[in-house]
Amino acid sequence: MTTPLGSFPGGLVLDGQKKRSTYDAIRKTPLSKKLILPLQQHIGAASDPIVQVGDKVLKGQKIARADGHVSVYLHAPSSGTITAIDEQPIPHPSGLSALCITIETDGEERWIDLEETPDFTTLSEHEIRHRIREAGIVGLGGAGFPSFIKLNPGVHHTVETLIINGVECEPYITCDDMIMRERAEGILDGIEIMRYALRVNKCVIAIEDNKPEAISAMELALARRNDLHNTSVVVIPTRYPTGSEKQLIQVVTGKQVPSNGLPIDIGIVCHNVGTSYAIGRAISHGEPLISRIVTVTGTDVKHAGNFETLFGTPMHELLSFCDTHREANEPFILGGPMMGYNLSGDHLPITKTANCILVGVDNAARQADPLPCIRCGECATVCPVSLLPQQLYWYSRSKDLEKTREYNLFDCIECGCCSYVCPSKIPLVHYFRFAKTETMNHELETQKSDNARLRHENRLERHEAEKKEKEARQRQRKLALAATKAAKEKEQAEKAKTAESQSDNQEK
Amino acid sequence: MPLSRLSSPFLSGTSRVTLHMLQLLLALVPAVIAIVYFFGPSVLITMTLAVIVALLAEALMLKLRGRPLKPFLTDGSAIVTAVLLAIALPPLAPWWLTVVGVLFAIIFAKHLYGGLGYNPFNPAMVAYVLLLISFPLEMTTWLPVASLSEQPLDFAGAFHVIFNGQLISGLGFDTVSGATPLDAMKTQIGLLQHPSYISQQPLFGLFAGKGWEWINIWLALGGAFLIYRRVISWHIPVAMLLALTSISLITWLLAPESTGSPLFHLLSGGTMLGAFFIATDPVTAATTIKGRIVFGAGVGLLTYIIRVWGGYPDGVAFAVLLMNMLVPLIDYYTQPKVYGG
Repeated sequence: MTTPLGSFPGGLVLDGQKKRSTYDAIRKTPLSKKLILPLQQHIGAASDPIVQVGDKVLKGQKIARADGHVSVYLHAPSSGTITAIDEQPIPHPSGLSALCITIETDGEERWIDLEETPDFTTLSEHEIRHRIREAGIVGLGGAGFPSFIKLNPGVHHTVETLIINGVECEPYITCDDMIMRERAEGILDGIEIMRYALRVNKCVIAIEDNKPEAISAMELALARRNDLHNTSVVVIPTRYPTGSEKQLIQVVTGKQVPSNGLPIDIGIVCHNVGTSYAIGRAISHGEPLISRIVTVTGTDVKHAGNFETLFGTPMHELLSFCDTHREANEPFILGGPMMGYNLSGDHLPITKTANCILVGVDNAARQADPLPCIRCGECATVCPVSLLPQQLYWYSRSKDLEKTREYNLFDCIECGCCSYVCPSKIPLVHYFRFAKTETMNHELETQKSDNARLRHENRLERHEAEKKEKEARQRQRKLALAATKAAKEKEQAEKAKTAESQSDNQEK
Repeated sequence: MPLSRLSSPFLSGTSRVTLHMLQLLLALVPAVIAIVYFFGPSVLITMTLAVIVALLAEALMLKLRGRPLKPFLTDGSAIVTAVLLAIALPPLAPWWLTVVGVLFAIIFAKHLYGGLGYNPFNPAMVAYVLLLISFPLEMTTWLPVASLSEQPLDFAGAFHVIFNGQLISGLGFDTVSGATPLDAMKTQIGLLQHPSYISQQPLFGLFAGKGWEWINIWLALGGAFLIYRRVISWHIPVAMLLALTSISLITWLLAPESTGSPLFHLLSGGTMLGAFFIATDPVTAATTIKGRIVFGAGVGLLTYIIRVWGGYPDGVAFAVLLMNMLVPLIDYYTQPKVYGG
């Protein structure tokens, strides 16, 4: 075990509420009759379907391919028939619809042939990344960034430390906790593969001290691996938002990721424990990513726990499986209570980034009319990024986007600590999201108008050039005309002259 | 519990503006008891009057500005302003002085700037300074502590004084009133008396003015409670008291004939009220950590400068207002370094 080297300012000590969902082992969600698979379950470009309606597919078969660099493959979570490829509502804060592939399962769960690789060292780093991409693996901590990209340090960087994020700092969520307790071996398999792909020697597994079972499970598994050198569990103090990548790096290494930079710039790569497990399965057993562990918990869930759920499973099936007492249209949270978003429709599918479904929380924030900001500065005290939320709020409210930038709006990680402590109950993060979107829209507009202006200017220039060219041509033609005219006149004059002289001679 | 917020975070802490204000009032209770003990019960009458006028003025202004009454009347901020002003006023302050002060604080210093959260100057101190400049006689007619007075004021007596402008006996104030210790120190130093000699007089106690030192100590303890409860942060009071101590210590060591001791300055007049209850008003103080230290130190230094070299015996109110003006500047230049920046 190693000790953390740093700390970050601010943060909150929150009531974890994790016991509720850790009494039982991870259970499997029953197979759903219908699986709805959005083509975009990751950051980047949506996958491109490679099946057609009516096709029979096997469990684990590719149904959509990566489109572009920042994209991954998508697989059929179970065997069955493709019944539709169309727009379906997806889990999104604004209730958007997007292209989805719908599979009617046949209940047979017939797998495709899996390509097992017992010794991953027979593969090159490049082949490993390629397989991870083909297995559809994205960051399972919640962001969903394609993992193979984060396993490619490129030629300009050397990676010093691989940090495995088992922090899980948000209250209520326990899927990482449970996977560490039950599948520590599998996580270590993934770590070995990632270390190989990144050519990194040192690895730390960071876990908050409110998960003693997970810590001992990981340490026990580590002790059994004699070949895994320079890997250690680092127990870090429980404080929200330690699980955020940048904050975790600061806690573990004492270093800060430069603003607008990436962890790789300071020689660090972070992956979630769930991702690590998925990578282990994908390389060693050839299994693509077709399911994840989802925490279902909250005050209205009778049998809270963690459920290994196939992607595409409609949420209402999972909720009724846990005996949830939810009134029709009562909103629930996807993700944690601090950073998740609320949904009201429960026919939405479970996706790769769905780590937790939370129905009912204690001490829920009320929709009270906020009082004015009294500038108490508590928000600044708890901000883990050292922003000044009250100033940002002031400028966001007055739509002074220039100023919000000056006060580093885009360094805000939207952790929600400021809103949590605000005595005036101002939904600060809401304002910051608004200001960010406004700024981005504004930039888009500026870019558009810049483009239009450029086009216009080019057009004018072109016209000017054409005009000049035309004039030049005309001038030349005129000159030529004048020249020929002069030549003709000269000729005529000469002719006349010769004629004259001839006549003269004749007269003579 | 069902969700009602539109976006995350869906959890909320227990901190409330009203709770802050209530704790602030609670922290003042011991000091108010001390004031009653030393200067009679008149402060209670002034305080009640001030609170009633403040709430009425607040309601009137909210109505005129078309704002909802309930959330703002119950936030407690108007009550805090009224109570702080009442504590700062002299015990013999006539009723109209209190009324004028409170009306000015609520209407001009608070609501004309936009109400709660938008006023650049501390309303209680704006009112105090207005009264001090406009009615210097009434504002400096102070009582000696009860034990020194031949006719200590009881409740009926205090009531009579406040509302009739004279003592029950019909005699004028000058038979009972006296200078504050700060005033006495200043005037007599001006007459080339040595401070150590001045503080031998009956008006003075162990370290500072009799009674005053205890009121200040109780205010400091109340302030410590507020820091413990995280209603205020330690930065402003500590910076202010350190600055005041340092400058008075330096002057005292270099020229002991020209000033009272550091302890005298710490426990006199409005030092502790200013440090823990006035300068820490979040609305009008600096908000960054470094900024708060600069702000507090500025208040401490200006308080001393005004007390010793200025025209007024106490300088806390002026010091706070002057530093209030600098807050935007201080906040701008003391922004914390952002992660990765």
